[in-house]
This record gives sequence, C-alpha cells and structure tokens, in this order.
Amino acid sequence: MSTTTTKTEVTLADLTRMLRESAGEEEGVDLDGDVRDTPFIDLGYDSLALLQVIGQIQREYGIAIPDDAVVDAETPGALLDLVNSGQASPA
Amino acid sequence: MTATPTAPAVRPAAATVPGARTTAVVTGLGIAAPNGLGTEDYWRATLAGESGLGRVTRFDPSQYPSTVGGEVPGYVAEEHIPSRLMPQTDHMTRLALTAADWAVADAGIVPGDLPEYGMGVVTAASGGAVEFGQRELQNLWSQGKEYVSAYQSFAWFYAVNTGQISIRHKMRGPSGVLLTEQAGGVDSIGHARRHVRKGVPMVVTGGVDAALCPWGWVPQIASGLMSTVSDPSRAYLPFSAEASGYVPGEGGAILIVEDAESARERGAEHVYGTVAGYAAGLDPAPGSGRPPALRRAAENALADAGLTPSDVDVVFADAAGTPELDRAEAKALEELFGARGVPVTAPKSMTGRLLAGGAALDAATALLALRDGVIPPTAGVAEADPGHRIDLVTGAREADLRTALVLARGHGGFNAALVLRRAH
Repeated sequence: MSTTTTKTEVTLADLTRMLRESAGEEEGVDLDGDVRDTPFIDLGYDSLALLQVIGQIQREYGIAIPDDAVVDAETPGALLDLVNSGQASPA
Repeated sequence: MTATPTAPAVRPAAATVPGARTTAVVTGLGIAAPNGLGTEDYWRATLAGESGLGRVTRFDPSQYPSTVGGEVPGYVAEEHIPSRLMPQTDHMTRLALTAADWAVADAGIVPGDLPEYGMGVVTAASGGAVEFGQRELQNLWSQGKEYVSAYQSFAWFYAVNTGQISIRHKMRGPSGVLLTEQAGGVDSIGHARRHVRKGVPMVVTGGVDAALCPWGWVPQIASGLMSTVSDPSRAYLPFSAEASGYVPGEGGAILIVEDAESARERGAEHVYGTVAGYAAGLDPAPGSGRPPALRRAAENALADAGLTPSDVDVVFADAAGTPELDRAEAKALEELFGARGVPVTAPKSMTGRLLAGGAALDAATALLALRDGVIPPTAGVAEADPGHRIDLVTGAREADLRTALVLARGHGGFNAALVLRRAH
C-alpha cells in the first residue's frame, strides 16, 4: 500500500471538505454552517455517500474505520467522535 | 428496475392485444450528438451536412488501428448535473440525464402533472458506463481496493441511465432497460409503446450511450466492423463504394412517449408524431442459408402500423458501413420498395454509430424530418455504390413527409424497425 500520513485530529472543516469531494453537496444545504449535529440524511447524504467519504478519510489519514460506522454515525459530530476517539485503528 | 436481456421475437401486435388501439405519440425530444448539443443545434448541423467526426481526444487512440470517433462538443457536466450526482455518474449517464431533462421540458411536463406511478422509464444500453468502470478497475489494480469508488457498485451498470432518470424525475412507473446493441434505441421505443398500451400515461425512452475509452474501444475493434481509415471525412461512408466500416460515437436521444389521450388532457404543447408501428427480429444462425431478419422486421412494423411500403416517404437506414452489411440492407430495401423506390438516408454518417443511442437518435431525427418536411443528408457520400439500388439522399431534400421507417441492426443478429407518422 501507499505511504500514509497519520494526523491526530480530523476537524469538521476537514470532514465537510471531504464530503464535498467524495459525494458532492446537496442543493439548499450549507455545509459551512453548524452542521455538527445535523443528521447526514438531512444534509442529503445516504449510506453510500458515507461509505465514499469514510473511504477518503481512511486513505488520507491512514486509519481503518469499522464498517459499522456507516450506520452508527448518524451525524458529522458522531463520525468525528468515532474517528478521533481512537476506536479507528491505524491501517 | 429490471433488465430485459432477451431478444424480442418477431411479433406484430395483434388486434386483440389490450390497448392496441391506444395511440402512442412523441411529445418531447432531448438530443446530445457529436454534431450538436441540444435538439435545434443538432438539427441545424444535420441539415447542413456538418459532421461531428474527428480524431478521438477523450483518450489517446494512437496505439489502436481505429482512431476516429464522434464526441459530443461543448458539454460541461457541471452546468447540467447537480453536485451530488457528479461523483456517482459516468459521462454517459450525465449526457442521458441532460437529454432527459431537455425532453421532459420540451414535452412541457411539470412535477405533479402525472402521478409518479404513471410515468415509466425504458432506455437502451450496451456495455454500461465503461469509462467509469475502467477508471475504477485501474484504481483497483494500481492502488488497491480502498481506492475504488463506492459508486462503482451501480454507476457502471447498464440499467443506470434508466435508474438515474427515474430517481431524478420521481418516475416510479414500469421501467426497464433493453440491450440489443445498435437496435436498442428502436426496441426501447417499441417497449415504451407497449407500456402505454397497457395504460401507463407516459414513458421516457430512447438511449444515450458513450464508450469512448480503451475499454469501450477494444471490443468494437475486435468485431472487425470498425473503420480503420484515419481521415475523419472518409472513415464512415455508408452505402458508398468506399465503405470501410463504421465509426463509433457518443450521445443519443431521449424521447417522451405518451398516450395521445393523456397528452391532450394535460395540454401537451406539441406532438412530433405517432409511434405507428414496431417490430423486431433475430437473424438466423450463420450458415443456415436463411435470409437476415431485417426485411421481415420492416414488413411486420408496417403491418403493425396498418400500412404498406408505398406509404413510406423516407427510410432512416441502419447504415452499418461495411460493404457486406450495406449490401444486405440495400437488398432488403429493394425487395420492399423496388429499386430506388424510396428516399433512404443515414444522418448517422455525421455522428458515427452511437451504440444504444444511435437508433434513438435516428427516431428523433425522423420526427424532426416529419415536422419540417425535409430529409437530412447522408454526409460525405457523393453517391451510393451503383451496386446498391437505393435512392440515397446525399443533400438535404425537401419533401412532403407523412411516414418514416427507421431501421436498426445490432451486432449479434438484432433487427428492429419503427414506423413513425406525422401528427397532422
């Protein structure tokens, strides 16, 4: 596998950037607003979109995120907590 | 969404088929073609004989024996496709969604006009989104599975255009996809009419295809039917003495087929024409000695329309572009209409053969010809090979057109024929 850069913390800004890159942005949704606790589904992202962005997080940060995260993390905040809590293991 | 991979048998509609008296009309068109983006751009260029063929730029064709293709010009996906759909759609699907948007708008259908379950989607496809698929396979091989898009799960799929159109316009009625190679554009329209006859008010149909990538290119080269002439103006000359094979292109047309009664009730802005007849047939096995099924499909489509060959004012030919296939089609035309008995044209000489999109574009072009009373030319061909006893239209020709016959053949023995009639 390619070399990975391990960063310590994924921020909300990092996540919204990756959401835009991986899955696009729903019309009428402001990802730059306070979306930490807004359910992904209300932001226009389905499970496949989450799978896509989780793939990008794993590649960029060199970590492994459990498959269950797609269902368990219903909001950006919950996903960030999971990614930053150490539950996500080094790849 | 269900795939329909089987070949339809020759089966003209019997008078006892439920709804057989329902008239299916075309009320909207959306076109993306190598010589024009949008219906009127395309139609103007087509009447002027402007070709969209050129050396392929979407990938480097220099290592392949065939280098000429038809690419849709000036298409900027971001101007047409919402951000959320960009990562999950191939070029082919973006073109299809754009053409579908235009067709729906052209038909004047606004959300709420028709019930969600009263609108179906039936499109033609060939290999699916091969450019998307090739990119993700390359990601897999070169970088690993973590680099493969989650959207590969459906974005490559040959039913994806039908699915994305259905989702975007909330059309939940009977839907499907037909795979009969270059005959698919006609078969999809025939199938759409079948749904209308069963009581579905409106079906989005036709086909838009794009396979201008190495993965889409190589299997076509292997067929032995592609032209290897590198001069774009000489590479695809159907029915000419210089015929050397076909040139592939991308694009196609989406058509709105409606129940005439329903279209009238909702106040449809215009009716391009009626889908008066349709039939399909499979060629016999090679070496059987029996004739190809093209003529029979045309006869059955005319019978289905309640017409005879003398009613046909123009034929949009399949125009495969190889001497042998051109000869077979010219022979079928002579048997049906007599020597030089009907004007025959192949505007696809300006676009290349568009896989699942080609016959749909021919149907749309035929409807525009009926609307305006003018037959578009077979571009680049000065005259038909004298061995083909057909009246090949080589310059735009004005004529009082009431009935058009569209012929289509797909590699593997598929044949389809469509009879379209002017609305008034």
